[in-house]
Amino acid sequence: MRHTIIAAGLSVFAGAALAQSPVLTVYTYDSFVADWGPGPAIEQAFEAQCACDLQFVGAGDGAALLARIRLEGARTDADIVLGLDTNLTAAAVETGLFAPHGIVAQGLTLPVAWDDETFLPYDWGYFAFVHDVELEDAPANFEALAASDVSIVIQDPRSSTPGLGLLMWVEAAYGDRAAEIWEGLADNIVTVTPGWSEAYGLFLEGEADMVLSYTTSPAYHLIAEEDASKTAAAFSEGHYLQVEVAGMLAGTDQPELARAFLEFMLSPAFQEVIPTTNWMYPAALPADALPDGFETLVQPSQALLLSPEAAAAARNPALETWQRALSR
Amino acid sequence: MAALVCLAVLGPLGAVLWRADGPIRLGASDWSAIRFTLLQAALSALGSVVLAIPVARALARRTFRGRQALVTLMGAPFLLPVIVAVLGLLAIFGRAGWLNGALGWIGAGDVQIYGLQGVVLAHVFLNLPLAVRLLLQDWLSIPSERIRLAHALGFSHADMRRHFEWPLLRATLPGAALLIFLICTTSFAVALILGGGPAATTVELAIYQAFRFDFDLGRAALLGIVQVAICVCAGLMAFGVTRRRDIGAGLDRAPMAWPGDTRGSRWGDTIAITGAALFLLLPLLAVVMQGLPAVSGLPGLVWAAAARSIVLALASAALAVSLAVPMAIFMVRLRRPALVEGVAFLTIAVSPMVIGTGLFVLIFPVADPVALALPVTGLVNALISLPFLLRALVPAVQQAEATQGRLADALGLRGLQRLRHALLPRLSRPLGFGVGLAAAFSMGDLGVIALFSTPGQGTLPLEMYRLMGSYRTDDAQGAAVLLMGLTLALFWAFDRGGRLNADA
Repeated sequence: MRHTIIAAGLSVFAGAALAQSPVLTVYTYDSFVADWGPGPAIEQAFEAQCACDLQFVGAGDGAALLARIRLEGARTDADIVLGLDTNLTAAAVETGLFAPHGIVAQGLTLPVAWDDETFLPYDWGYFAFVHDVELEDAPANFEALAASDVSIVIQDPRSSTPGLGLLMWVEAAYGDRAAEIWEGLADNIVTVTPGWSEAYGLFLEGEADMVLSYTTSPAYHLIAEEDASKTAAAFSEGHYLQVEVAGMLAGTDQPELARAFLEFMLSPAFQEVIPTTNWMYPAALPADALPDGFETLVQPSQALLLSPEAAAAARNPALETWQRALSR
Repeated sequence: MAALVCLAVLGPLGAVLWRADGPIRLGASDWSAIRFTLLQAALSALGSVVLAIPVARALARRTFRGRQALVTLMGAPFLLPVIVAVLGLLAIFGRAGWLNGALGWIGAGDVQIYGLQGVVLAHVFLNLPLAVRLLLQDWLSIPSERIRLAHALGFSHADMRRHFEWPLLRATLPGAALLIFLICTTSFAVALILGGGPAATTVELAIYQAFRFDFDLGRAALLGIVQVAICVCAGLMAFGVTRRRDIGAGLDRAPMAWPGDTRGSRWGDTIAITGAALFLLLPLLAVVMQGLPAVSGLPGLVWAAAARSIVLALASAALAVSLAVPMAIFMVRLRRPALVEGVAFLTIAVSPMVIGTGLFVLIFPVADPVALALPVTGLVNALISLPFLLRALVPAVQQAEATQGRLADALGLRGLQRLRHALLPRLSRPLGFGVGLAAAFSMGDLGVIALFSTPGQGTLPLEMYRLMGSYRTDDAQGAAVLLMGLTLALFWAFDRGGRLNADA
């Protein structure tokens, strides 16, 4: 018996010695690495070409991800962080933990120009209020929404990235009039939830007519559940963008591999996985390569996006405005 | 032991403070968060214990078919992940809920749940079961010889109240209220969702924000210290009004009906039990009805997570008990046991976010926190269930020492011998309750694993949240039902062990 145990122990060591292929550690948010998320397919596709071991580590959501990296500092094991959005990238650059990617991104299909030296986009989506197709007179902009008695549920910008996105949306669309808009919306807001899941759950339970989510949310119901009952309201001010990005750490011990992953990220093998796993628009895939069903989605007239610096500067005053308007 | 617990809470807090840089101060929004936290927690604690009195009294003095099952089922809201409880509650009281449906049908107005009333309602829903069980434990511990004597003396209602209920309430109620108050001070999702907006900001949300978006560790740690201060002040107040109980000794006979029973009290008890059952069980029924169809089709990883959660729950319950029993025995010998119990209360009064992050800061330089995710979660869960165990155990140890202590002294029983012969036989009911509670609590709590987790390590509540976070609402509802079933089964398995001898 003892011999078998020793033998088993030795073979474990032998296995470890054989598996000396380089390891690329990617920190990302939880839903990216879930069984039904993009993680598994992407890992398989990248490992088929890199002669390496790609390891995803899930760390909550986008904001938790950045907090985790800051907590670990320069000693982090991460080579790549994937899953921040442009509302967080200014803070991420400020940490000094990230390195320029040095890649000339080609074939990007974002509705805005991209020239960030540190971060590359992998997918994007428009924030939008999702509702049942049966909802009559769905409002066509924030002012119409405020004037109507349509109820909405939103996320808290202090704890959730979509919540922060909505804050920036109102900021980008209305600037100085943001306070007035929020005061008008106060009686439409049923409640504010800590994160996206709770808000979407409340909406599905029928607690509100509309929920803050993405224009791509109805695609999930349509494609995965064959349910065409959800749609998104097109707002005439334009829709704020969420661009999800990845960047490499300055302290990575695998800079070549990290760069190879970022290049792979913009290739079809990665991009084609995104639409039906992350339910967002891929950042470098032409519209005709999107899966069936995506053509039914609402197309906003205009894309709104504050630069990372402007978003970072606007956040605290906008938060105060939001809190004051809704605490009345 | 108490010092160890103290260290386990204050160590991480200190670690976060140590990692902080820059000036540390609280802003105006922090102060309003503190005010709201205190207000809602005080109202919730008061509501829970006041409503618990008639319910626990009714359950203590009535026997009816299905009583055991009802007592177990009514414990469920306390054991569920809060988001499940909230969705269940909204299915009844929400805008599209059953209640408003019924009111609309008869043409009455509608009930608005969002606001302070909703926060208190939800906290009472979550904590009433705990208050009822703590009181019930105590009521059931009245020796039946005493009740027999009361019968013989022709006690009226008022006499029973003066000689039994009031002394028991003085001994149990402040501690129970304190426990619930502290649980509610770290509330975050419930308060925000049912509070209806940023006016319902709690300290815990401010901590969350400080960590995630501002990465202001100093402010987070300072708010953690505020939580400690709240715990200390509340503890001093609660223990200041607590009296040691003295309801005499008995020979562990089966309980019997109380004297002075009238038609009015029978009606009162019926209303109390029916009302509590409807309030606590209807939301659970809604959760089950929505999720049950999805249970059989749940993906394999949910079942794997369930297995992991059961092992974790058993391990942390075992750890919690091995900490709690010596602590309880030690405390009873002290002149001021409240001090030690207060230390244990810190584990629920301080933000899990602060503790989790602090542990991360402490572990990261020496080991991989992700590899230790499950052990750390088990440890923290055990610490968090300590206060509940102590609340259940301390009064029982006190009574066992009061009734059996002198005989044990005379026989020279010490150490393990004393534990085995004099104490444990009298602790079986509270111990079963406590272990069940600790296990179920660990099973249903999201805990610190959310900070550390990695694929293939998730617990059932974490997987449920993940399902919810990726549109898979049906599977998430199925996972919630599975979680509820397993949690209740775990609780029942231990709790029943303690209750058998009482009903024999």
